Amino acid sequence: MDDIFGIPAPLLFGQLLLGLINGAFYAMLSLGLAVIFGLLNIVNMAHGAQFMMGAFAAWMLLAWGGIGYWWALILAPIIVGITGVIMEKLFISKLYKLDHLYGLLLTFGLALIIEGVFRNEFGSSGLPYRIPPELSGAWDLGFMFMPVYRGWVVIAALILCLATWLMIEKTRLGAYLRAATENAALVQAFGVNVPRMITLTYGFGVALAAVGGVLAAPIYSVNPQMGSNLIIVVFAVVVIGGMGSILGSVLTGFALGIVEGLTKVFWPEASATVIFVIMAIVLLARPAGLFGRA
Amino acid sequence: MSLTRRGLIAASVGTTLMPALPRLSRAQAANTIRVGVLNDQSGTYRDISGPYGIQCTHQAVQEFGNKGFNVEVVTADHQNKPDVGANIARQWYDQGVDLIIDVPTSSVGLAVNNVAKEKNKAYINTGSATSDLTGAQCTPVTIHWMYDTYMLAKSTGGAMVKAGGDSWFFITADYAFGHALERDTTNFVKAAGGKVLGSVKYPFPATTDFSSFLLQARSSRPKVIGLANAGADTINSIKQAAEFGIMKGGTKLAALLMFLPDVHALGLETAQGLVLTESFYWDLNDRTRAVTERLKPRLKDVKPNMASIANYSCTLHYLKAVADMGVAAAKASGVDAVNRMKAMPTDDDAFGPGRIREDGRKLCPSYLFEVKKPSESKAPWDYYKLLQTTPAEEAFRPLGEGGCSFVKA
Repeated sequence: MDDIFGIPAPLLFGQLLLGLINGAFYAMLSLGLAVIFGLLNIVNMAHGAQFMMGAFAAWMLLAWGGIGYWWALILAPIIVGITGVIMEKLFISKLYKLDHLYGLLLTFGLALIIEGVFRNEFGSSGLPYRIPPELSGAWDLGFMFMPVYRGWVVIAALILCLATWLMIEKTRLGAYLRAATENAALVQAFGVNVPRMITLTYGFGVALAAVGGVLAAPIYSVNPQMGSNLIIVVFAVVVIGGMGSILGSVLTGFALGIVEGLTKVFWPEASATVIFVIMAIVLLARPAGLFGRA
Repeated sequence: MSLTRRGLIAASVGTTLMPALPRLSRAQAANTIRVGVLNDQSGTYRDISGPYGIQCTHQAVQEFGNKGFNVEVVTADHQNKPDVGANIARQWYDQGVDLIIDVPTSSVGLAVNNVAKEKNKAYINTGSATSDLTGAQCTPVTIHWMYDTYMLAKSTGGAMVKAGGDSWFFITADYAFGHALERDTTNFVKAAGGKVLGSVKYPFPATTDFSSFLLQARSSRPKVIGLANAGADTINSIKQAAEFGIMKGGTKLAALLMFLPDVHALGLETAQGLVLTESFYWDLNDRTRAVTERLKPRLKDVKPNMASIANYSCTLHYLKAVADMGVAAAKASGVDAVNRMKAMPTDDDAFGPGRIREDGRKLCPSYLFEVKKPSESKAPWDYYKLLQTTPAEEAFRPLGEGGCSFVKA
């Protein structure tokens, strides 16, 4: 069998694929962050907690309501999205006129509170959530054993990212949204209810995180820390892609998933650090991020 | 309001400082023994001890009763960070805490070990695994109460090699504990004629996806993949190994450190058939069932595991020693208190009769368990089948081999 840089080729292909799968999660989460930041100018530190809430909502629907994975995929984001709407109405809407830092601190505090509540209620070692029977099993790709579920995650993430991008860039609603961020007063003058639109946008961004949570539930243990483990990396992804750039965050998400996957082969000890090294370099060379506007 | 750098620093320091312990009058302080439970209350190891370990400590104090001195229990969260743990330990010892117990996460356990030695205060580690606590880094004020990496390696590792698993690959958490567990298991595998094909060290605690490491492991075709990790990491590793069909190819997983709450979190469907080592199981015998029953009002519907109940066992023994030597003498010197504990035989419902060795190693039997199939489990938390018992005197590293500096050869 051929070796590439001393690593057997099948192993390397396997790692690339795994990187792509992890990248799908990064992309989905950074997409939500980018939507919220791009349109609301809020650095949503509660995104990881909302991702975790999505997974827990799926678990609760199954354990308490007997509602399975497919419905959870629709219901959990709606439920978590509604909590996001409430959060925006009660807290975040008060901060739009202030510096970014206040929104960051507020959402960070909320994230700690939410995680603390879940930890008190459910402990830290997590809850089991099974892969839906339709998606269990695996394909033998020759160079690796590919679980069907992971394939589904990549496809779902791609569809979601594409749909969101199209909605914001190509539809009338998206045009309103973008216009409202440029000049809220003018858009309001045209009869658009801007505050409600902003609230719903936050709810939508939160729902995106929740979808990610539901998709993650069968792979990772459903536990209160699952979001905080991811969120720091996801923030780095957003910064590298360019704050607020939707396409940028999606592409960077997938790309960094792959970079991280390769690091796990060549220098596993550094796999948690590599993304931050890239972030530092990008910030030095292009402070606005790879796809951001200065 | 604008944020200044100084303000941020003050705020961040403020969050790591402990609230000051309640002040006692001088007479009260002289007659009060303070036990500090320092553990993970918010992270990956919380469910192993955390709030449950604290409850078990309170239970010991309650059962010990009043023998002419007061006992106060204080608690803190070390967040699995060595610097946070060492700071709290230093502050506690300075404020009159006489004994610190629990302290999971080997890197934190070793950091607190140094503080205890420097302050001449008693330290009973029940939560960390590294066998260095009674080896290269042993101190005269330290007792290692429960399991350690040597004992786990001997019991689980030894049994797997005996069952034909003679080629290993390790997936190791990249910190003191993972390294010690891999090292000790490697020694057993090699001594039994097996070989180690390789290992991969992953960043702790920042890793949630283990599929990449599992595939690397499988590509060297070992018979056993040794998981030198713990808590949520072990749970995720096992879950993802099942997902990627690792076990279907005939490769076995050795969960070198796994606790009852981990099995609970995985569910029997995924965990069945796993082999693991603990030195306590609530359903082991009449005495363990009795203490579990007594703990029920405190732990509610959670069963104790070896780490949480070790706090009960060691607190009880310490208080017996204090009653024996007098409060003033126990407060004056950690070395003396620990020596007294070593001189007295241990006995309680959790671990039965035992003793503490010269190097600070508490001796207790280790039990090799297999996780039951869902069909075999009759009740919640009915998870283990006993496969094999290693007697207390054989379960741990022989006294002379640890390299502890004050043990006379």
